[in-house]
Amino acid sequence: MAARTDMRRYAGFGLTTALCLTILYVPLAVIAVYSFNDDRSITNWAGFSLRWYADVFTGPEAPIFRAAAWNSLSIAALASTAATVIALAAAVAMIRGGRFHGRQASYALISLPLMVPEIVTAVATLVFFTAIGVRTGYGTILVAHITFCIPFAYLPIAARMQGIEESYELAARDLYASRWQAFRLILLPLMMPGIISGWLLAFIISLDDFIITNFVKGAGMETLPTAIFGSVKQGIKPNIMAISTLMLMVSVVFVTLSYLANRIGQKTR
Amino acid sequence: MRQAIGIDRVVKRYGAFEALKGVSLSIADNEFFTLLGPSGCGKTTLLRTIAGFEDVTAGEIALYGENIAALPPEKRPVNTVFQQYALFPHMTVRDNVGFGLRMQGVAPAERRARAAEMLELVHLSDFADRLPTQLSGGQQQRVALARALAPRPRVLLLDEPLSALDLKLRQAMRVELKQLQETTGITFVFVTHDQEEALAMSDRIAVMSNGQVQQVGDPRTIYEAPVNRFVADFIGETNVLPVMVDAVADGRARITLPGGHVLTTDAVEGLAPGAHHVSIRPERLSLATADADLTARVERVIYLGTDLQLLARLADGTPIITRLQNSSRNELPAAGAEVGLTVEAGAARLLLD
Repeated sequence: MAARTDMRRYAGFGLTTALCLTILYVPLAVIAVYSFNDDRSITNWAGFSLRWYADVFTGPEAPIFRAAAWNSLSIAALASTAATVIALAAAVAMIRGGRFHGRQASYALISLPLMVPEIVTAVATLVFFTAIGVRTGYGTILVAHITFCIPFAYLPIAARMQGIEESYELAARDLYASRWQAFRLILLPLMMPGIISGWLLAFIISLDDFIITNFVKGAGMETLPTAIFGSVKQGIKPNIMAISTLMLMVSVVFVTLSYLANRIGQKTR
Repeated sequence: MRQAIGIDRVVKRYGAFEALKGVSLSIADNEFFTLLGPSGCGKTTLLRTIAGFEDVTAGEIALYGENIAALPPEKRPVNTVFQQYALFPHMTVRDNVGFGLRMQGVAPAERRARAAEMLELVHLSDFADRLPTQLSGGQQQRVALARALAPRPRVLLLDEPLSALDLKLRQAMRVELKQLQETTGITFVFVTHDQEEALAMSDRIAVMSNGQVQQVGDPRTIYEAPVNRFVADFIGETNVLPVMVDAVADGRARITLPGGHVLTTDAVEGLAPGAHHVSIRPERLSLATADADLTARVERVIYLGTDLQLLARLADGTPIITRLQNSSRNELPAAGAEVGLTVEAGAARLLLD
């Protein structure tokens, strides 16, 4: 490290850093702080209070938020689980499958949702559901979420698997394990940090999605992001800040868990 | 002698590349058999076809008379020690060693006892509860051995198992591996590119190159009677000299060495008079006291402790190396001096190219 130039010596380093941190985190900090504001106004500080948190759970909009939260969490859990299973199967095929026909194409297909503008996917998905005559609602949101969660689950899983030498599975087979036993007893435990990491990432992505959800949700069906958006349209109230802060906390917890899962994984390599 | 492994005209192709070009070998029961060759010669591929990690394109592999070429690895009563050990990182040493037994359905209590027995065999009884990453390279190596031996395989396959160890440990492990083979009575098939390792441990060696077996024999035969230039060159240090074979009769050949000196040596099968090569080991040459077989000009004398190495050239420019014992009796020639060399009787081995 000593041989490298110390970045802090560059002119303007402090200013650039401060600017970036400000743009990234000040808005979040403002939301978090003002969610504890004891005032209807979103700009006047009138002392610390938990009333907006109470409002989220018991206020007039509470039933909407509760239903939306349940939809969001259950869809995120189901979609990330399904996406992780598919991503795991894809990773095994891509990394252990040798050179098969269409391998490059498969990789492109898996990562495609990362590159296609989300609004395009949203419109396309809606058109698709309409074309095949499926009623939009919980099911269509779930299917759409599974689709765009796959690449997010795939990336950490594939990264982890690339670091696992095939000789472990060969050693297991050599010691009389069947293909399935070698997968379940050796490969799967070794991949678990990547799988957990991928699942958590997919969960967060699903929980957070607005654009695609908004297109395919159908009438009367809300997830947290769409419910928040709907509520904000009638003016920003402090309870929105409280609910946003709660979502932020869930995200932070999940990202931390994902990071920890990877860290533990490093040790068992 | 009973045959453990019979390899019959095995061919392995990867697309257009032929890794094994019709290899046939017979490995005896209870033998320490080594596949020796440079990297890319097909020795590891051959081992992997015996283990079942690679299927053969053509040919048969018999294990104690049963053709196993079509069986998956878990159906073959052979176990492998991998080059990088491949110990399961999420399992303790005990669970690693017991894994094969677990897959065979051995009850936990017996599994534990057998694992303990195996760990004792490799002197690692105190490490049963550790994870592989908490062990040194040499210890991991022993765990890999214990794990492969625990299910009592009929044949143990070892894929360059010593290559990741440092020199001292490697030399100690040679002796230990040989002892282990003798105490367990299991047939060992050992792959290495290190000829010294092969000579030190093996009952027999198959020298491979280019997907083919060049020669099979005990270490002494391989070293002292190489059949072709590749074997002579690959095993140890040697001088390959062009000679003229004048006559062949009764298994003996009369040859003319560079410089015109004539001597008689053993002929090899299929030898016809004409231009050939001989291999002469550097330690079978000595400084001539009277009538010299070869005359060379000294370029350099290298001091190696127990030995001295004399680098010289014949009149036609062919380099020739002589190894002399380090003794105060030797009067060393200076660089640039002309010396006469004597070839020990029978030391000039005729080669088929």
